[in-house]
Amino acid sequence: MDQRVLMKGNEAIAEAVIQAGCLHFFGYPITPQNEINAYMSKRLPRLGGTYLQAESEIAAVNMLYGAAAAGIRAVTSSSSPGISLKTEGISYMCGADLPGLIINVQRGGPGLGTIQPSQADYFQATKAPGHGDLKILVYAPNTVQEMVDVVFTAFDLSDKYRVPAMLLADGILGQMMEPVQFPDQKPDIPAKPWATNGTKGERAPNIINSLYLVATELEDKVRERFVRYGEIEANHSQAENYLTDDADVLLVAYGASSRVAKRAINAARNQGIKAGMLRPVTLWPFPKKQLEAAAKNAASILTVEMSMGQMVEDVRLALPDRKVQFYGRTGGVIPTPEEILEQIKALGGGVK
Amino acid sequence: MAKSFSVIIAGYGGQGALFTGKVIAYAGLIDGREVSWFPSYGPEMRGGTVNCGVQFDDEPIGSPVVTRPDVLIAMNEPSLTKFIDQVIPGGKVILDSTLIKAEAGRDDIEVFPVPASQLSNDEGLEGIANIIMLGKMLKETGFTTFQTIEEAVRKSVPERKIHLFEHNIRAIKLGMSL
Repeated sequence: MDQRVLMKGNEAIAEAVIQAGCLHFFGYPITPQNEINAYMSKRLPRLGGTYLQAESEIAAVNMLYGAAAAGIRAVTSSSSPGISLKTEGISYMCGADLPGLIINVQRGGPGLGTIQPSQADYFQATKAPGHGDLKILVYAPNTVQEMVDVVFTAFDLSDKYRVPAMLLADGILGQMMEPVQFPDQKPDIPAKPWATNGTKGERAPNIINSLYLVATELEDKVRERFVRYGEIEANHSQAENYLTDDADVLLVAYGASSRVAKRAINAARNQGIKAGMLRPVTLWPFPKKQLEAAAKNAASILTVEMSMGQMVEDVRLALPDRKVQFYGRTGGVIPTPEEILEQIKALGGGVK
Repeated sequence: MAKSFSVIIAGYGGQGALFTGKVIAYAGLIDGREVSWFPSYGPEMRGGTVNCGVQFDDEPIGSPVVTRPDVLIAMNEPSLTKFIDQVIPGGKVILDSTLIKAEAGRDDIEVFPVPASQLSNDEGLEGIANIIMLGKMLKETGFTTFQTIEEAVRKSVPERKIHLFEHNIRAIKLGMSL
């Protein structure tokens, strides 16, 4: 029999976080990610960990900052409006070279927006998750299983490069149930000799800080950090190729909208249109090379998002000589496969 | 059975629409199919309407949102009104005729009225009219086997409520006998 269990996306994320060796959660409730808080509140105290419902999102992210400074694998979770509040803490973590996981189960915006699913936080996640010259790792899974899988990778790379990581999901992925299997994997958390966890009288004190009063010192620090960003860009972008080999119409989509796009692609194939998809799994680093390769033989390129068009700018940057079309729904509206199929047909009609 | 299969289960909060969907989804999983379950979520309240969509497929499932169900289980009148037009031609509707007096108003689908709420009260199965309707759906669609449903119920009932297992099985059998 199938060893997989049915789990809500939010609960699967929470369980994966625990299995990845993270027993310390700081959060504040917000729909559509509340099952993460609920799951953590049940499980973590029994495991000797910390479940702490803070007085605000800002408090929660600063608790993550503190836990990370102490060398502990820790996590915070929220949804779009709450993530805006966390950006200050994320910037401080970047400035202090701290690892940690931030979960964003996106809802429609701006403002309080709607509780329905959205992908309108792409810019925030990939361009400015806080003020200053900074980057964070951004994972955008599209199945409950993949959400589990990327939690492990996100923690590991966050620790390795001392860069915060974000899991960028949305209300669909958080709320849906799908079969999932947890990897038989023991967490491998590296030693953190830089952590402020007590000298025991055996070493000089460590300092975790993001304030530099001498401009050249800060410039040197930021430049050093960008060398690490470069290593991440060179080695850790991830994407899925779906029927791209012979695709005339290449779709680019991530997360929940890539699932809808996949269904539209299958329908297009049934009607004789060779459609395919390049699906970024990491949004930063953006999988430029994978996209270039997939787009090489495609006649048309269409980016599909649940936003007014955000990732499409990175697609255009990666393919400067190509015309890139965009189709999106926003405000919490989920596109239907039929709508996307119409777009594909409009592009595929005049092909070759 | 068709390659892909989708069902919407809808009712008032507390009637067990989400749980029914979970049992159906587990049945698909046990049968080795790809499955998804997606709830309405939002500012729902006790007594408000709630629904979920379940899909089976042999390929990985695209959108988990069910827009054209093969089957609708309607547990109250607002649910029937809301989803009846979405059911595919030739599709099937199981409705609780104790609570729904309206007509389906379509002649291109099969409608199976079941006095599920009445039966659940009469037969000592209070609160699980939803499972009686699931039994009826199993009989009319053959979407899986009784053995699979039995296993799916076992997996869906939480440990602390496992004493309700036999109750649920009796409700399934009652639904299948109608």
